[in-house]
Amino acid sequence: MAWSIDSKKCITCGGCVSVCPSAALELKENILFDEKLCTLCGICEKACPVSAIKVEK
Amino acid sequence: MKYDVVIIGCGPAGTSCAKRLAENGFTVKIYDRREELGVPVRCGEGLGERTQELIGKIPDNCISQKIKGARIYAPNGKYLEAILEYGGLILNRRVFDKWLAEQAVKAGTEIQKNTLITNFIKENGYFKGVKGEFLGKEFEEKAKMIVCATGAESALRKTLNIFSKLNLIDSCLQYKMSGIDIDSDFIQVYLGNEIAPRGYVWVFPKGKDKANVGVGIIPGKQNAKYYLDKFINEHQELKKGKIDLVEGGCVPVGDLLKDIVTNGLLICGEAAHHVNPIHGGGMKEAIISGQLAADVISECLKNNDVSKKALSKFNDLWWKKRGNRLAKVEKLREVVEKLSDKDFNDLADALKPEDVIEFSRGSKLSVLTKALMRKPGLISLAKHLL
Repeated sequence: MAWSIDSKKCITCGGCVSVCPSAALELKENILFDEKLCTLCGICEKACPVSAIKVEK
Repeated sequence: MKYDVVIIGCGPAGTSCAKRLAENGFTVKIYDRREELGVPVRCGEGLGERTQELIGKIPDNCISQKIKGARIYAPNGKYLEAILEYGGLILNRRVFDKWLAEQAVKAGTEIQKNTLITNFIKENGYFKGVKGEFLGKEFEEKAKMIVCATGAESALRKTLNIFSKLNLIDSCLQYKMSGIDIDSDFIQVYLGNEIAPRGYVWVFPKGKDKANVGVGIIPGKQNAKYYLDKFINEHQELKKGKIDLVEGGCVPVGDLLKDIVTNGLLICGEAAHHVNPIHGGGMKEAIISGQLAADVISECLKNNDVSKKALSKFNDLWWKKRGNRLAKVEKLREVVEKLSDKDFNDLADALKPEDVIEFSRGSKLSVLTKALMRKPGLISLAKHLL
């Protein structure tokens, strides 16, 4: 089980933050991830316009 | 208490709300987490000229390009050319958002940038203020009323428990391109399931050889970048150009909420999903939403009652002025996403360009219903629009 982001691909648009249903992501200079809140639902992975996020269940 | 109203977010919704509240004599503070307003741009930057009836004349330095009309391309490459009766603008949001903020400040609003709001102060079932960080220090600010105008990508917004999940979003990517061949008098919109499933590719001119070239799609197997790169590769006039900047984001395209108020707080703009569900345009909706919110808040503050019950007038007013219309547009989107490329091509032959523009505003949908009715396979979709 893991959530990861490829910072070379990420354009920090915040799309993943918009769609995250559990407020596990936050947009600052980078995308901040809170493991405690993440449910590994995978919506952010689908929504990312550049496929920078990987969610493994 | 220093302020009557604290607004979180200094975009089109927050500034429109603040300006009107300040004009009505209330003390208003806007917090924004960004260092520079209007940046990063997450927007195609298109706006109808008529929106100036709401916010006043937009200065020339905010405008990248004036637009005469729109060309809407069917998958087979044929296009409908519609002249926009009142014209259109492609803005420079970097400048435009600062101008909006300036208008709010001139009316008496205070704006504080570089400030992250992290939580709310709640007392006796009422939202009573915000907690945040500014210059490395934590602070609290109380107010009679809180407005959440953060846009969709705010984590704070989700702590409000007012929301259902944001299920309906389109994933968007946009390149700011230069050195391309375009007709700068027209925006171009390309439809088709291979081009952009559920959404569209847009080319919004920003000068003679520059444009915002973007795509919005339903999240699926391939990402937005795949569709945008494919499109550019297949269009020589764009392929010869250069990508100067990459922008992106997710846009709500539905999930219109019935209830966006609670004791001492309301939500407006994109944060409340106040976005046109067919084209994803959010600026005009945000401005209207912010202004209507200000009207309701002004009345509630005068009556010294910011209870959920009193504020629910905002729900009623927004649905009356915009929601019912946008709900029709959402139905239109549901129909459009079921159309095959052949249907698109056939409809492009059957419809008048100006009517297609009206559809996107939730008007003249009976014309589309009739066109769908003529095709046996599409009658059920036609009924969905009724």
